[in-house]
Amino acid sequence: MSDTPALALEHISKNFGGLRVARDVSLILPVGARHALIGPNGAGKTTLVHMVSGLLAPSAGTIRLGGVDITQMAAERRVGLGLARTFQISSLFPHLTVAENIGLAFEAKHGLDRRLWGNTANHAEIVDGAAALLQKLGLLELAARRIVDLPYGQRRLVEIALVLALEPKTLLLDEPAAGLAAAERGALLDLLLRMPEGLSILVIEHDMSLVFRLAQRITVLVEGAILTEGTVAEIRGDARVRDIYLGTRHHG
Amino acid sequence: MSERVDERAVAIARAGFARHGVSWVDLIPVLAAVLVYFFLGRYLPLATQVMIQIVFALSLDLALGYGGIDSLGHVAFFGMGAYVAGLFAMHVTTQPVLGLCVAAVAGALTGLLTGPLVLRTRGLTVVMLTLAVATMLQQLANANAMKPITGGADGLFGFEVAPLFGLFPFDLYGHTAYWYAFGVVVVVFIICKLVVNSPFGLAIRGIRENPVRMRMLGVNVTARLVTLYCISGALAAVAGGLSAQITRLVGLDSLAFLLSGNALVMLILGGTGSLYGAIIGATIFVVLSDRAAAIDPFNWLFAVGAVLILAVRFAPKGVVGLIEDAVQRQRARRSS
Repeated sequence: MSDTPALALEHISKNFGGLRVARDVSLILPVGARHALIGPNGAGKTTLVHMVSGLLAPSAGTIRLGGVDITQMAAERRVGLGLARTFQISSLFPHLTVAENIGLAFEAKHGLDRRLWGNTANHAEIVDGAAALLQKLGLLELAARRIVDLPYGQRRLVEIALVLALEPKTLLLDEPAAGLAAAERGALLDLLLRMPEGLSILVIEHDMSLVFRLAQRITVLVEGAILTEGTVAEIRGDARVRDIYLGTRHHG
Repeated sequence: MSERVDERAVAIARAGFARHGVSWVDLIPVLAAVLVYFFLGRYLPLATQVMIQIVFALSLDLALGYGGIDSLGHVAFFGMGAYVAGLFAMHVTTQPVLGLCVAAVAGALTGLLTGPLVLRTRGLTVVMLTLAVATMLQQLANANAMKPITGGADGLFGFEVAPLFGLFPFDLYGHTAYWYAFGVVVVVFIICKLVVNSPFGLAIRGIRENPVRMRMLGVNVTARLVTLYCISGALAAVAGGLSAQITRLVGLDSLAFLLSGNALVMLILGGTGSLYGAIIGATIFVVLSDRAAAIDPFNWLFAVGAVLILAVRFAPKGVVGLIEDAVQRQRARRSS
């Protein structure tokens, strides 16, 4: 693997007026990393993901994706560099079918979204890709169902299928297990553990059992600043983390 | 992923893509047009107006029903097409088909110029911006500096339209106009079908559903919307050009807000995002307006308003929505 990290945040800060939601955050995601970002609600985790994906601009600092400075780059162009993300609340196309949702990702990947001719259902790049991916993830029987007709857990899996269709190099997962029942969490973890090795993943998650099983390294964010970063064992053994974060589990 | 694609999986996935292909349903309007011609001959001018509005409503359905562009200024394209077709007939050539093509280009250019301004935003801002563009065009057509070209409040009149394909002169009874308009509806309908069936058509439905997700898939949302706006604008301009050629009159009212509102009412009545809703809605709207005005020339808008309220209350997805629900109920009953 190359030495250039998949993703690097360098001294990122973000202010909303007087509110400082990110304070001098630096984070390195090596290629193939499984990195978790944890912290209490309001710590600024989602804000960081928004800044990396381009939905928010940082007030200060630099973001590099595979060595390229993307701090000022338009969100849609970052996708072309291999960045993909999911959202805290599944971000899909509610009134389109699962096949169409996944098809849109393949269409975007192959630059077919401007193609004005030919039936979508007859484009091999779109339909074959969607068929293979849905079959691989065990979602094929849902192909003709609309997202609004699916239970929440399945929507999660479809969203992950959607971003996998882009074959990203770096994947940001914003609370993938939020709102899932225990059985659905199991299916999600199975899926996440089967992700390609070369894919670098940054995951925000409150479910500690999932974080401990998935992540290699963990960064703890509190009030916009990094409290500590370490291996799973280090974070588990850190008294401050237990106090500040893990202790709050009872509430949420 | 394996290189060999599982044929069964592909078939299942393919079935998951909505089909907007041409089907036997499309023969119903064609049959209706033939029946009207042979059995309701004295209503040909009204039926021709229906067809002009069908073209206009189809163009709006592409932008609004499929792309989610909340345009309340679609008359800008309609009026642009009408004026360009009129001016083209006066100054260049009276060939009708060529005139419509030039009108379409003018409509597409209008979309290309205004689209990047209008389509960066969404929702209410789009409503107001599209309205503003249409209002400005109407003011422009009435401006003193433009009067030598547009005719100001008098509009354009006295221009000729050559026989269709050099064979069929436009007669007083509107036979040629009727089939001419019918042909335009068919061509425009096929163009709409091609667009909504294409990968681009899926992309604009994706943008309607979730523009942020589309950006996160790497799609340039504004660029796709501008393309859609140009296509829709070209078709709306064809409706305007058709109207100009058939009535041989272009006035400021072809840029009036009322026409934008009417097209929206047609889509509410018929249902958005299916193309059929545009056909049904335009037919109901034009025929209802005409009949209501024949019965009460002063208060006919009351009937239109009443039907609109009833439609929103009892058929919020329009006539097409009612039909779809009925079909679904039937299917559920059969499978249980």
